[in-house]
Amino acid sequence: MEEESKVGCARPTGGPVGEPAEEKIEEQKEPLKKEAPEMIKVGQKAPDFVAPAYFNKNFIDVKLSNYLGKWVVLCFYPGDFTFV
Amino acid sequence: MSAVAVKYREFQKLDVEVLSMSIDSVFVHKMWNDHELSKMVEGGVPFPMLSDAGGKVGTVYGIYDEAAGVETRGRFIIDPDGVVQGFEVLTPPVGRNVSETLRQIQAFQLVRKSKGAEATPSGWKPGKKTLKPGPDLVGKVWETWKTDMAFE
Repeated sequence: MEEESKVGCARPTGGPVGEPAEEKIEEQKEPLKKEAPEMIKVGQKAPDFVAPAYFNKNFIDVKLSNYLGKWVVLCFYPGDFTFV
Repeated sequence: MSAVAVKYREFQKLDVEVLSMSIDSVFVHKMWNDHELSKMVEGGVPFPMLSDAGGKVGTVYGIYDEAAGVETRGRFIIDPDGVVQGFEVLTPPVGRNVSETLRQIQAFQLVRKSKGAEATPSGWKPGKKTLKPGPDLVGKVWETWKTDMAFE
């Protein structure tokens, strides 16, 4: 489910994978307003991603789609060493 | 996070994997686990602590606060087909209720198992009455379900 990642000096990063949310090709009329990112909708696919992780004393890469077939709770939080 | 870690076995019993994510690097995750969380939870955090530098994943999930440069308390329940069944987002100062997350998962699992034949009314807990939506139930919920049952 996870693969161990090589740890070098660079801070490991990840990001969304797979197809980007459909890009609408629209005629550009007005100067583009910066659109607020659209919120996830229930009943739709969770966007896939790969991210480096600390797990079980190791650094690994986690890909959400590797968890298909299981229930997943994905918890974001503001930061390590915060208080709540 | 420590509250989720403490309840991890209950998540496992429900066949649920937990993934936590913040903008901190995996090195900081390790330090937080080793130096603080492992003192709150025996054995430390039992699930992967993911790093989302720059909030790229958080942005796609709509919970990255660009101004503050952090992710808000977004919690997503994802089913075995990869579909988001529910989410909750709180601002940083207020923590979540792990028991409520477990309750919601149990409800979603029941609905999935029944292939949608059953629905869980407000305040439902495992073992309590479910509703079976259909033509016969239209206008008749009041006969089988009372508002008090939401708070029992």
